[in-house]
Amino acid sequence: MLQGLHHPIESTFGSQTSQDTFSQTDPYLQLHQIHKTFGRFTALSNINLEVRRGEFVCLLGPSGCGKTTLLRIIAGLEEPDRGHIWQAGQDITALPPSQRDFGIVFQSYALFPNLTAAQNIAYGLVNAGIPKAKREERVAQLLALVGLSEFGAKYPAQLSGGQQQRIALARALALSPGLLLLDEPLSALDAQVRANLRGEIVQLQKRLGVTTVMVTHDQLEALTMADRIVVMDRGSIVQVGTPIEIYQQPQTPFVARFIGVMNFLPGVLESSEQARCQDYRLQVSNPKAIPVGSLVTLAIRPEDIRVGACASVNTLEAAVLRFEFLGAVYRLWLRVGDGLELLLDLSVQEARQAQIQRDRPLLIQLPPEHIHLFETQP
Amino acid sequence: MTSVSRDRSLGSLGLAVSQASVTRKPTREDWLQRGLILLVALWLLVSVVLPLGQILSRSLVNSNGEWVGLANYRTYFTTPGLAISMRNTLWVSFTSTLISVGLGFGYSYALTRTCMPLKGLMRLLVMLPLYLPSLAQAIGLIYLFGNQGLVSTGLFGLLPEWRIGLYGPTGIILGESLYCLPQAVLILSTALLLADARLYEASLALRTPPWRTFCTVTLPGIRFGLVSAIFVCFTLVFTDFGVPKVVGGNYNVLATDIYKQVIGQQNLVMGATISVLMLVPTVIAFVVDRLVQQRQVALVGSRVVPYRPRPNPWLDWAAFGFCGLVAGAILAVLGALVVASLVRVWPYQLTLSLRHYNLNAAPGGGYPAYWNSLRMSAYTAIFGTVVVFVSAYLVEKSRQWPKLRSLIYFASTLPVALPGLVLGLAYIFFFNTPSWGGIPNPFHGLYSSMSLLVICNIVHFYTVSFLTASTALKQLDPEFEAVGSCLGVPFYRTFWRVTTPLCLPAILQIGTFFFVQAMVTVSAVIFLYPPNLRLASVAVVNMDDAGNIASAAAMSTLIVLTSLGIQLLYWAATTRLRRWSQAWKER
Ligand SMILES: Nc1ncnc2c1ncn2[C@@H]1O[C@H](COP(=O)(O)OP(=O)(O)OP(=O)(O)O)[C@@H](O)[C@H]1O
Ligand SMILES: [Mg+2]
Repeated sequence: MLQGLHHPIESTFGSQTSQDTFSQTDPYLQLHQIHKTFGRFTALSNINLEVRRGEFVCLLGPSGCGKTTLLRIIAGLEEPDRGHIWQAGQDITALPPSQRDFGIVFQSYALFPNLTAAQNIAYGLVNAGIPKAKREERVAQLLALVGLSEFGAKYPAQLSGGQQQRIALARALALSPGLLLLDEPLSALDAQVRANLRGEIVQLQKRLGVTTVMVTHDQLEALTMADRIVVMDRGSIVQVGTPIEIYQQPQTPFVARFIGVMNFLPGVLESSEQARCQDYRLQVSNPKAIPVGSLVTLAIRPEDIRVGACASVNTLEAAVLRFEFLGAVYRLWLRVGDGLELLLDLSVQEARQAQIQRDRPLLIQLPPEHIHLFETQP
Repeated sequence: MTSVSRDRSLGSLGLAVSQASVTRKPTREDWLQRGLILLVALWLLVSVVLPLGQILSRSLVNSNGEWVGLANYRTYFTTPGLAISMRNTLWVSFTSTLISVGLGFGYSYALTRTCMPLKGLMRLLVMLPLYLPSLAQAIGLIYLFGNQGLVSTGLFGLLPEWRIGLYGPTGIILGESLYCLPQAVLILSTALLLADARLYEASLALRTPPWRTFCTVTLPGIRFGLVSAIFVCFTLVFTDFGVPKVVGGNYNVLATDIYKQVIGQQNLVMGATISVLMLVPTVIAFVVDRLVQQRQVALVGSRVVPYRPRPNPWLDWAAFGFCGLVAGAILAVLGALVVASLVRVWPYQLTLSLRHYNLNAAPGGGYPAYWNSLRMSAYTAIFGTVVVFVSAYLVEKSRQWPKLRSLIYFASTLPVALPGLVLGLAYIFFFNTPSWGGIPNPFHGLYSSMSLLVICNIVHFYTVSFLTASTALKQLDPEFEAVGSCLGVPFYRTFWRVTTPLCLPAILQIGTFFFVQAMVTVSAVIFLYPPNLRLASVAVVNMDDAGNIASAAAMSTLIVLTSLGIQLLYWAATTRLRRWSQAWKER
């Protein structure tokens, strides 16, 4: 869909605001101790974040955690109560949106219904004082960039959701901003279109090299699109990392629960390398050096549990309560002992080998390197 | 808590970071918006708040301007004639409200819940009373039930006579019931349309008998609408001047009392006192209506499946019969008015003649008055629409000075609680005062001018227009303004290129409303028009006063034709507009 690979448009991105003091290695966008309240409600507290040039960062978190608010603060549409924002080495905290260098796509797209797609894209160009011929050329470029060359004369209502989304993207890119802000750009689309556009947006972003901050509450979107994910909860950042880091090394139970599926087992740390859950002693690794005797939560992903008694440590006997066929995998509901319940994902092949049946005991192993250990907050 | 910048210090940028916030300096656009907001606030202060304050304070002083506390009110309630009119007003308001809400409910039910034939026509007919002054309604009644009326004389002697004793409470109640009917139908049919079909389906599935469905689903569903209709009708009757003026006879009500005190006896103090009393029910209605509105919003929040009536011959024809009777009554009154204006001498010489349209020979100002009314209505429509739309835009879309904006919103909803007579009197007090204790009144120059008439009309019909505009603006995507400012486009450009075109239907509706209302209103302007600026609707009063009822009917007919004409223009314009905007509305 996104043709026109070597477009003149591409070279213009992100090259406007470089200043003498600003070197290419410094972070492009920097938030320092951003704080925002609405009346008595604290929407954001102590937000620190750095985004490198050309990076694709996703703000991920549950509804109402302040993602949109943070994005709007970056755009200048809301003013923070405290804190500073630098973009390309310049303190932009006090600048109104019109004097900042960014393009934004809203969740609703906010395309002007009484203007055609082309007029929508040209909306900001008219004011930038670009002559008409140049403007038309640029609109044509942008339409080609998002693969909608033939649709310039259509009104937004005559376009499909995905097409509207791309027009909104083109409008945001029209002034060649150094920073692209996307607020849940895909949430209004149906699953199929969404999956397609995910790839397209990332491709486009990488080709243009435009630094991008995207808001989403969809973990799949964040995992597949982002260079780095910023996980937020109740107005704070809880973890920042690459998708793999976030998935494999969640720093808090919240992150572990929010991204992917996770089993949680309550227990007590008996020695520095061993925890007890009910009647079972399990080997764990304790990189955070949680003090012995603490109440802890053990977490393990369903796909990390092994079947069969091939290893000696952490092998348990489980009863299969029920199972579901999910296409590529089977998901099993297991019970260990009296009250420990676990989910287990098995590939179809493994399931066949293990001869899964209801009410038949099954030996499982919890590899210590896959068990995440969290101190339980009293 | 992990964050990237904790270990990597900001020192690399060589910037000292202070904890204090950096407040944004307002841009030139921000200042422009603030300036406009201040202008709107000033406008509401001068046109609504200060005049209202004058009415209140004038009722507490005597004619020499000395403070007398509540003495004026004591005088009012101890003067037997005056106190009786309070009772009279309550009685006619109560009865007329009962009749018009009752009829209005039946009519709305027929329009929304049955499959009766000619629905579109019926919907149009019931709205006719909106297009004529209330006193024209009463003049129509005179031609039916007056001494020489068509019905009173039994079709001029063909049938036995039937005299209902029009002059007095009977006439007032008849006229007011018709006058309020469109309002009741508008409110109640909207409420009935909001009903959720699923509730009815559930009720049907549970084999609930129809009467029980009516009591447990229909009535609770429209209770807010019902409350609202009752209050609106009650205030309309309570404050109306036209009908009692023409058919009230010796039956005094508050509105005619104010008129008599101010025009007849030049007793402005007593006028102010009665005005404040008249404000009591309107203010209660205002408060109740706001409460009801808040509740209703919560109710409509979820998406409803609209109710679709099923054919039911008995119900449909009964509904048709009922609506036919009501619409027939409306048509009969209007028809009597028009026919009477066209015959030579009612009821003796029933040949057609245009002699009553020689209005220049009649008292009241003749065609120049009509022309003045046209001009006044046009100005009201143009300036009123601009003022209303711009202020609604600032209230809804600006982000400057939130407190002042919500004050403006409140002040914009206030005028609905001000009866026309009270507003007119308040304007006399405020604009006719050359100075207050040495401070000259900068607005004194407006007194006796066309501008003041236009301002008064704009304020009189401000609230409905403002709420229409604000509803239309609320329906637009709140991010439109954000998109504009992110793309560096000034707000006024987005206002002109996007907001205004998208709101054009509402803008036209507001303009039409202003025009028609300004054309038919009497109460707001009757104290304010200067001798060199007579007005058509006031001329009707004067002609009626002079006993020249035929000319009054002729002038009323002209007014009806004009306002219906404007309404037709509006329909034509919106049809064109719809075709033009189809491209961006539908696929
Ligand atoms: N203008 C405002 N006034 C008051 N409260 C606000 C305002 N804007 C946002 N909030 C509150 O701040 C919190 C964070 O809002 P925000 O829109 O940033 O959430 P979000 O993470 O984007 O959620 P979602 O995924 O639902 O869009 C919410 O609880 C919201 O109610
Ligand atoms: Mg959001």
